[in-house]
Amino acid sequence: MGINRREFLRIAGLSTLMGLGGKAAWELVFPGQALAQYTSKPGALVAKRWAMVVDMRKMTESLAAKCIEACHSAHNVPNMAAPPVDPQVTISDNQKNRWQMKWLWTDSFEHAFPGQEQEHMQERLHKMQFLLLCNHCENPPCVRVCPTKATFRRPDGIVMMDMHRCIGCRYCMAGCPYGARSFNWRDPRPFIAKLNETYPTREKGVVEKCLFCEERLAKGQMPACVEASQGAIVFGDLTDPKSKVRELLRTQYTIRRKPQLGTNPHVFYII
Amino acid sequence: MPAPKPDLNTPAIMKLPEKERKCVMDLEFMRANHMQLLNDWRDEVVRNGNREFTGAGGKKYLASLQNTCMECHSNKTKFCDQCHNYAAVVPNCWGCHLDREKKQVARAEAK
Repeated sequence: MGINRREFLRIAGLSTLMGLGGKAAWELVFPGQALAQYTSKPGALVAKRWAMVVDMRKMTESLAAKCIEACHSAHNVPNMAAPPVDPQVTISDNQKNRWQMKWLWTDSFEHAFPGQEQEHMQERLHKMQFLLLCNHCENPPCVRVCPTKATFRRPDGIVMMDMHRCIGCRYCMAGCPYGARSFNWRDPRPFIAKLNETYPTREKGVVEKCLFCEERLAKGQMPACVEASQGAIVFGDLTDPKSKVRELLRTQYTIRRKPQLGTNPHVFYII
Repeated sequence: MPAPKPDLNTPAIMKLPEKERKCVMDLEFMRANHMQLLNDWRDEVVRNGNREFTGAGGKKYLASLQNTCMECHSNKTKFCDQCHNYAAVVPNCWGCHLDREKKQVARAEAK
């Protein structure tokens, strides 16, 4: 004998409930079993919109070098332009430029702020080396062009990368107007001077960039460059009117890189 | 050929008192589902920023292959590789995530 009508309806009803309701239905039938196993760490720094202000009045070249060193050593960023000593290998300037891995780097005013330069500028601007990084745009072109959603925007404004998903198509590099993304043309591991064992490296064939130190924020620490900058870089919540970032933006004149492109960058510079 | 047994004899595990020698979930679950668990950790950490995992015993762990799993299981060749080789699976975790083993060997050789 098969199942009777009543039994059939009961099973059909339950399966429909499971099918339609998914986890919520599971909770109804077996409450408490699918509890949240994953939570964010207490003490993590959170914000509605992270932003950064670089104070170029305090940022010297040696200080910028310190910030870059702090960032690149914390995140196992390889120095592809300086390969292990081998007299057989010579690297052209073109290759050096092509292989350079940039999370944090410096460049001149003309290169950093094209369109805003003039023939007769204040003299110090010609000499200044601006500290550049991913701008964590409100409207990031890299996110729009990524075919695998490896690059995505977090609700707190950080343009985050999921290296597991990156297929190395380099659309994002073409999309980013700031040159903030670098491609691993070769296995990066031999080019990392000193490995940070608590942070992963990358593989050949993925793109990488600055992530606003989201792994440090999660531990309640400020980004590595901010810590190394001796107050020349300020990082904070843009939606909080009392934050240091907002105070600086309120009292100082700041510029951003290529705002005319409509990406709404969130790294500000005080000149 | 009999299936290899994962080697649990690492300094970090041996240091723990007998009662606390437990993985984040129970043994049977880990044996069958560690790959799924690691994928869930990855997605929760990278996509949702949830770095804390509540284990089977209610204890909280940092969800990190490199900083939590490899802390105890520092013997990658004996713990991960021999079973993966036996089952002919090639997980690509180690292309990016660092294991601590090479360094330990290097240190032992230096001594």
